[in-house]
Order: sequence, then C-alpha cells, then structure tokens
Amino acid sequence: MTKLAVANNLFCERDDRILFKDLSLNITQGEIVHIKGPNGAGKTTLLRRLIGLSWVVEGDLSWHESVSESGIRPDGHRFWYLAHRPAVTLMQTPLENLAFAVAMHQADVSEPSLWAALADVGLKGFEDVPAHSLSAGQQRRVALARLYLNLPQIKLWVLDEPFTALDVQAVSQLETTIESFAEQGGTVIMTSHHGLHHTSVRELHIGAAA
Amino acid sequence: MIKLVQHTLQRELTLAYRRRADLLNPLFFFVLVVSLFPMGITTDLDKLTEMSGGVLWVCALLASLLSLDLMFRNDFEDGSLEQMLLSSAPPQVIVLCKIFCHWLVTGVPLTLLSPLLSIMLALPGHALPVLMASLLLGTFSLSLIGSIGAALTVGLRKGGLLLTILIMPVLVPVLIFGTSTVQAIVLGLAWPGYLAFLGAFTAGAFALAPWLTVAALKVSVCD
Repeated sequence: MTKLAVANNLFCERDDRILFKDLSLNITQGEIVHIKGPNGAGKTTLLRRLIGLSWVVEGDLSWHESVSESGIRPDGHRFWYLAHRPAVTLMQTPLENLAFAVAMHQADVSEPSLWAALADVGLKGFEDVPAHSLSAGQQRRVALARLYLNLPQIKLWVLDEPFTALDVQAVSQLETTIESFAEQGGTVIMTSHHGLHHTSVRELHIGAAA
Repeated sequence: MIKLVQHTLQRELTLAYRRRADLLNPLFFFVLVVSLFPMGITTDLDKLTEMSGGVLWVCALLASLLSLDLMFRNDFEDGSLEQMLLSSAPPQVIVLCKIFCHWLVTGVPLTLLSPLLSIMLALPGHALPVLMASLLLGTFSLSLIGSIGAALTVGLRKGGLLLTILIMPVLVPVLIFGTSTVQAIVLGLAWPGYLAFLGAFTAGAFALAPWLTVAALKVSVCD
C-alpha cells in the first residue's frame, strides 16, 4: 500500500511544556489513524500541522504525490478537514453552508446530491432553516454532511473530534461511514475519545509522558 | 474559479443582508456626525463650503473604520476562515471578493449618501461629481488597506482599538488626497492630479492588499 504521509521527529512545545517529541508517523493509504491522548496533549495541534495550518510543530513531514502536489501539505481539493469550529455559518441555511464548502473545493456537485447528503445526516426538512435555530448536534451534522457527498477527488478525511454532540445513532452511523470510506481506499486521520473497532484502525497515543 | 467567485460574492452579500443592522451602524454614524457640524460649529455658508470636503472625508474614513472589524470576525469565529485558507483556490481570490463586498455595502452607500449631506455643508453643486468620484475610489482603498489590519487583529478578542491604531497611518494618504481633490475643485484649482494620485493609491492597494491580507490571516489563524 502507498505511504500517504511520512513524518519524523515531530516536536511540539507550548508554554514551556513539551507536548510531544521524537514523534514519528507513517500513514498508509486506506487506514484509519486514530490519535488518542488526554485533553491538552496536542492532538489538534498535530492534525493542524499535518494539513499545514500550524507552525508550532517542528519536524519533517512529507505527503505522497497522490494527495499533494507540493509534498508539504495536502491539496485543498483532495481532503476534508472537519475542525473544532465546524465552519458552519449560523446566518446561513444548511444547504447554503454545504454549497459553499463544495464551492471552496471547486467541486461540481448537483443540487440534488446536496439535498441527498443533508438527508443522509438526518437534516431532511431542515435544509432551509437558518443554522442558528438548529441544535448543537444538528449544527455538527451540517458540517458532517460534506462527508456524504462521495466526491471522487477526496482521498483523505482529517476529522477533529467528529463525534462531538452527536446522538448514539448518529455516532454509529458516522463510524460506519468512516469505515466504508477506508474500505474504498480513503484514508482517515481523526482524534476522538470514543473507541473505534475496525480492522483498519490504528491507534496512536500521544502525550502520555508528563 | 469563476464559480467560486460567484459563490463567494453571493454568500457575502446574503450574509451582509442578513446582518444589515451591523452595516447600518457606520452609515448612521456618517449621517449623524456630518449633520452635527453645521449645528455645532457655524452656519456661515462660506466657512462651511471651505471645510465641507474635509468634514465629509474625515467622517467617511471614520465610518468605514467602524465596519472593518467585522470583515473577518464572524468567519474566524465559526471556522470558515480556516477552510478558506485551506481551499484549493488561491485564498487571495476569496479575500478580494470579501473586500469587494465590504466596499459594496459600506463605501458605495456612503458615496450615495454624500450628495444629501453635501447640501447641508453648502458644497457647490459643480463639485459634487468629483466628491463622489473621490469617495468611490477612496472608500475602495480604505476597504483594501483596512482588510490587512482586520486580518492582523482578527485573532485578538478585542482588536478594535489596535486595528485603528495600526491602520490609521496608512489611511492618512487616502484622506489627504481625497480632501485635496474636493478642496481643489471648490477653490477652482486643478483637481485631476489629486484624483489621479488617489486612483494610483487605490490601484497599488488593489495589487498588494489581497496578498498582505492572506499573509496576515495565516498569522492569525495558524497558531
């Protein structure tokens, strides 16, 4: 299998505390990398370093050419990044939010597929409701809807705490979606305190040493 | 790329419409402050004519400063800004669209209101087209240059004051050339030179601001 990303000697220091050092990371295509660690261990920082949004982590990192032209960070249209702040604009409807996320990826998605993706995350009937009147869990679902679009050019999902605020049923649905994405050759890098049970899940513990 | 520009413009303008209360604030400020001048200082028409250009320009500058802080704040807080920087399209395009929309909803309304207020300040009628042209050009460069400051301070919780202090020195040339243009035509002097300078300043800002703004946004967003 192709090595999607190779990182060596990652080192992160924050407020005079060393979060992690000598961290090496190999990400193979088709696997689910589950980054685990206590609160404040640097999970989000590590994810942001991987996609080129953070400069506080030192070390070498290179991406495979199938996801990155430059090799330094994955190309914008090849991955979805679901962050803590889920990029759901509260003054917009779920449909407008999803359409804008797609437009920023310069992808061509028909209107019915947008509606279908929103129906998949259980927002059927809420497509035109302003996002500020949705519940916290529903707002997360607006952000998750992009994962259900099945864009062929998307090879990588980077998910930061994707299960936050979701109900039990939605959690298991998302687990299934993540697993089937990996089975189709996609790669997932995620942080979560929730355990995932699948053959292709590899756990990576950081920040255990104090 | 064209689709992205369309989408961004559409998004920014609908958002501006839905948050219209925020945008009315600078406009009301502009109208109120300008209309206080004749009441507070003098009703002597000659004196008012003399200072009309300066008053209109100073108020327009302060009014657009008021609205700058909002340019990226909401997008920063909900995480959209990160996604814009990660986008496969050059983020400069998105930023330029945002600046353009900011100008459309602040600079253009200010310009459209200015004829009404210029009557109150006894600005001669023949100076009106030049005043509007200078405001139209000038407010665009205020939005362009202001976006750099807004991008630098978006990560701070209360960046309003810092933004003003940071960006004010760079905005002063716009004010000088804008006021000079209007004063020149009021006094019957040659004004096209001043307007040309303003145009050159705006063109320079147009070329540089998107890049500087993106660089500043990266500083604010990437920790």
